[in-house]
Amino acid sequence: MKLRRDVFQAIADPTRRTIITLVAASAMTPSAIAENFDYSRQTISKHIQILTECELLKQEQKGREIYYELNPNGMRQIADFIEPFRKMWDDRFNTLEELMKSKVHEHKK
Amino acid sequence: MEQKTKINALEGKQELFITRDFDLPVELVYKAYTEAAFVSQWMGTKVIKLENRNHGSYVFETSHEGKVMFKANGTIHKLIPNQEMVRTFEMENMPIGVQLEFLNFEKVTEDKSKLTIQIIYKSEKHRAEQLKLPFAYGLNMAHSKLQEILEPKI
Repeated sequence: MKLRRDVFQAIADPTRRTIITLVAASAMTPSAIAENFDYSRQTISKHIQILTECELLKQEQKGREIYYELNPNGMRQIADFIEPFRKMWDDRFNTLEELMKSKVHEHKK
Repeated sequence: MEQKTKINALEGKQELFITRDFDLPVELVYKAYTEAAFVSQWMGTKVIKLENRNHGSYVFETSHEGKVMFKANGTIHKLIPNQEMVRTFEMENMPIGVQLEFLNFEKVTEDKSKLTIQIIYKSEKHRAEQLKLPFAYGLNMAHSKLQEILEPKI
């Protein structure tokens, strides 16, 4: 069984973030991606592999070449990532608001 | 509808901003942060100590069935009534570390106010740990929900 990688660990790496940005513009082959870096092809392949395992990238065969593009499902997971944190604060502040609204009358006295 | 609570966490930074518009006079929002009885009600935690002054400190604690589930503490660095609070905040036994918080209380009208909290973490990684917390909790909830649905069929 392959270990399920952590999406957030995947995007914590600056090289992998750059790869995401590159591929977001248009689907690219691994060699086209590697041309943007000073690292070896092998290093970049490893990064691509991690991003694919996390379902942030997906492969598409076009003729003899493999192209990588963004996987919208994986990316949505990141976009939704902050929402539970926001919701937690929103709930807390709603409680604060309700609580203090009952004091508005006293406050105005 | 415009969201009343907003989070701004820019990629590659070790800080984040929380903003909230309140239908409350600024004095009452400030009170909610500085009076122990109010803090404990909206934060849902017991206030063990809360010294509202420059260089004062505070301790929050939440217990469940006699066991301490959550403990947080910090130091109030600077306090300007109805305007500003600068404090540290730390959740004990968590990988998030100490955070520095700048709270800005702003009067919009007599009955409306705005709270802006800037939180600075030790590193981007520490910030990610904080953001992950409710996210992971949400995933767990979803997971147990899934189990609930699946279990009777197994």
